[in-house]
Amino acid sequence: MSLRSPLSEARGLGSAKDGVGHWWMQRLSALALIPLSLWFVFSIARYHVADYPTMLAWIHAPLVAVALVLFFLAAFYHSALGVQVVIEDYIGNEALKIGGIALVKLAHFALAAASIYAVLKIAFGAL
Amino acid sequence: MAQITLPKNSKIDRSAGKTFKAAAGARNVRAFKIYRYDPDTQANPRVDTYEVDMDTCGPMVLDALIKIKNEIDSTLSFRRSCREGICGSCSMNIDGTNTLACIKACGDVKGDVKIYPLPHMPVIKDLVPDMTHFYAQYTSIEPWLKTDTPAPTRERLQSEEDRAKLDGYYECILCACCSTACPSYWWNGDRYLGPAILLQAYRWLADSRDEATGERLDMLEDPFKLYRCHTIMNCAKTCPKGLNPARAIAETKKLLVERRG
Repeated sequence: MSLRSPLSEARGLGSAKDGVGHWWMQRLSALALIPLSLWFVFSIARYHVADYPTMLAWIHAPLVAVALVLFFLAAFYHSALGVQVVIEDYIGNEALKIGGIALVKLAHFALAAASIYAVLKIAFGAL
Repeated sequence: MAQITLPKNSKIDRSAGKTFKAAAGARNVRAFKIYRYDPDTQANPRVDTYEVDMDTCGPMVLDALIKIKNEIDSTLSFRRSCREGICGSCSMNIDGTNTLACIKACGDVKGDVKIYPLPHMPVIKDLVPDMTHFYAQYTSIEPWLKTDTPAPTRERLQSEEDRAKLDGYYECILCACCSTACPSYWWNGDRYLGPAILLQAYRWLADSRDEATGERLDMLEDPFKLYRCHTIMNCAKTCPKGLNPARAIAETKKLLVERRG
């Protein structure tokens, strides 16, 4: 039971004066992902029967390595922003929400780091 | 917070509904299935069936509701005033869509006419939802002209082109059909302003006479107040006035991007 006025409830904690950055980066990363994911899907479709040395040679090529790093950066960034929105939409409990968002962001950072490290290791390693 | 099922005491008791038969001899009978909730009893909501002789009833759903209240069951509660789609009082869920009972023709509904209160709002009685929070949110956007320039001796001038920028926004009658059709407003209505209030907020952003655009944008830029809109478009689909609140929200988001350069 609360005796706060309806206007006080509606105003709440006020505006965070934040959100446009998140919204804009979600659109920008989506835009970047259009060519990058098309390229990624077609490449995997083309190489999915290739043997291990062919795959290594493919990733070793500078343009491919750069494109892969860009793809992983954009995909994990876009995904982190998107999953954050899903959590904010559907989880009402404040502690669960903030904990969930922190966990999701850290997990995305870790996965992005591991993916990019894997690409660089092959790209800079000997064939 | 997403709620998939209703609280126990809000669930409809299907066995409790009463049926009011049409008078013998009525030839053009239509059944109206109407949500009933009485706060004075401990009973769960129920759905009552009213058979109405359409030969002696006006064409709109509101005509039928008034006929039911006058001639069949005076305990039925609903809001109504202008009966011509300009006051926004009789907004309710008819045949699965939020609309105004006064401009919804019974003839446009196939089968029984099912009438429920606006979705996901606390119900005061029958078809009357509690609009307190919705109106408080409207107050929170300060929906009046704000200026620092001293008032002119005559009216504040506006060019025809600038006036045209309010078209599609000034017509909103705040019936809340759009907001209560929006899943984001269902889950996060405590903080998300919802399509109706955001359309009203844009109406003041678009007004050439207003001098508080930046202050208004400051107030709106918030992950919950504004950015819960995910362009689901239920608002535009359900608006009984044919307006597009989603466009007003998109324009507001564009202004915020433009502002940061």
